[in-house]
Amino acid sequence: MGQFDFSVVTTGEFRTWLVSGFLLSLQLLAASWLLAVPMATVVALCRLSSVGVLRGFGAVFVEGIRNVPLLVHMMFWYFAMPELLPEPARNWLYDHDAEVVCAVIALALYSGSYMAEDIRSGIRSVSATQIEAARALGFGFLAAMRRVVLPQAFRIVVPPLISQTLNLWKNTSIATVIGTAELMYQTQKVETNSFRGVESFGVATLAYLTVSLVITAVAVGFQRRFPVRAI
Amino acid sequence: MSESLATYGLYFLIGQYPNGPLGGLALTILLGASALVLAMPVGILLALARISDWRVVRWPVTGMIYIVRGTPLLMVVFWAYFFLPAVTGKKTGQFTTMLIALAIFNGAYLAEVVRAGIQGVPRGQTEAARSLGLNYGQTLRRIVVPQALRNMLPSLVNQFVTTLKETSLGYIIGLQEVAFIASQVNSQVIVHPVAIYTALALTFFVLCFGLARLAGWLGVRT
Repeated sequence: MGQFDFSVVTTGEFRTWLVSGFLLSLQLLAASWLLAVPMATVVALCRLSSVGVLRGFGAVFVEGIRNVPLLVHMMFWYFAMPELLPEPARNWLYDHDAEVVCAVIALALYSGSYMAEDIRSGIRSVSATQIEAARALGFGFLAAMRRVVLPQAFRIVVPPLISQTLNLWKNTSIATVIGTAELMYQTQKVETNSFRGVESFGVATLAYLTVSLVITAVAVGFQRRFPVRAI
Repeated sequence: MSESLATYGLYFLIGQYPNGPLGGLALTILLGASALVLAMPVGILLALARISDWRVVRWPVTGMIYIVRGTPLLMVVFWAYFFLPAVTGKKTGQFTTMLIALAIFNGAYLAEVVRAGIQGVPRGQTEAARSLGLNYGQTLRRIVVPQALRNMLPSLVNQFVTTLKETSLGYIIGLQEVAFIASQVNSQVIVHPVAIYTALALTFFVLCFGLARLAGWLGVRT
């Protein structure tokens, strides 16, 4: 297989491409995460609501998004959605890195639908007698939620949310199909220009793994600090 | 719209077959099903290695599972794309490349599902079986695995749905599965991107939601 020379892809122009891709990948992760978490909370509360319409909306949102591959989401939000926009909005989109905006929309919706289910099952796993007992002791609904239910739910919800964050990080790579210049896109570009397949994909794999391991370490740390207590 | 449906409907379903290679929805389903069949034994073997008493087996396999789970599937696909020809010495087709990438990637995920399932069976079950005179293999096969399988079913169904969705990544290496065909149709028709990509999304929705519902109907709670 010949000699590997990693310095080719870790210096000069190729290095600049890979670093800019890595930074954009991290930005995609941050932006989608910040959109996904509040969205997931709202959808989870909808699904737990006693109002039928809200429950229906939550179910359609989650099932409708989860059962379509992320790649298809990317294609839909990038190639089809702008056609539905009015002219000025479409022009605005094309002037503002449409491939980044559309990737963030797709990633946020996709992760949000998974996180919504994690949040919902976390809240549900706190047994109903806990809130009943709190109410019987004279706590109001909000006080019971804040002091009794949420602290217990927090320990249960956070670990799956961290693992969804890890999935979100890996999923940012799929944005390459719509030409978002993130790490996977830049890696392919470096590979095409340097003919150094093993080196470019090796460096990129290492970059993905490093961030994944950091996220995993956060998860382990959290579970040490806040273990789920058996009730 | 109706004329494009007549022209491209069949192309969407089976690709160029029978005048060319099989493609479209049929290829997606074929790839998904083969990947499941291949990933299951990979997952079970990795899980058994992961809970083995021998460190020489347990440590490298644990390391490998962590590495695969921390890497995007797309990266695994590219590695398979570059490395399989280097290892086997001949060009590997896109279908085989994708199949092997999916089997390895999903094998690593299934390994954790199977491990959790096996470790979820109370220790007393194994001890009782061993003291009744069953050997390790018999204990695993007749006592532990049947109980573990029940615990694992919901996660298995989820993993199957995920695999089906992941076949769409074949698009990137030019495999003519349904997402690839849809974007080909889009570049020929040009004026109906919304209809074409909505149809593509609906196709996957019916497949994946249908699979989950089928499992629910068979008594698996996901």
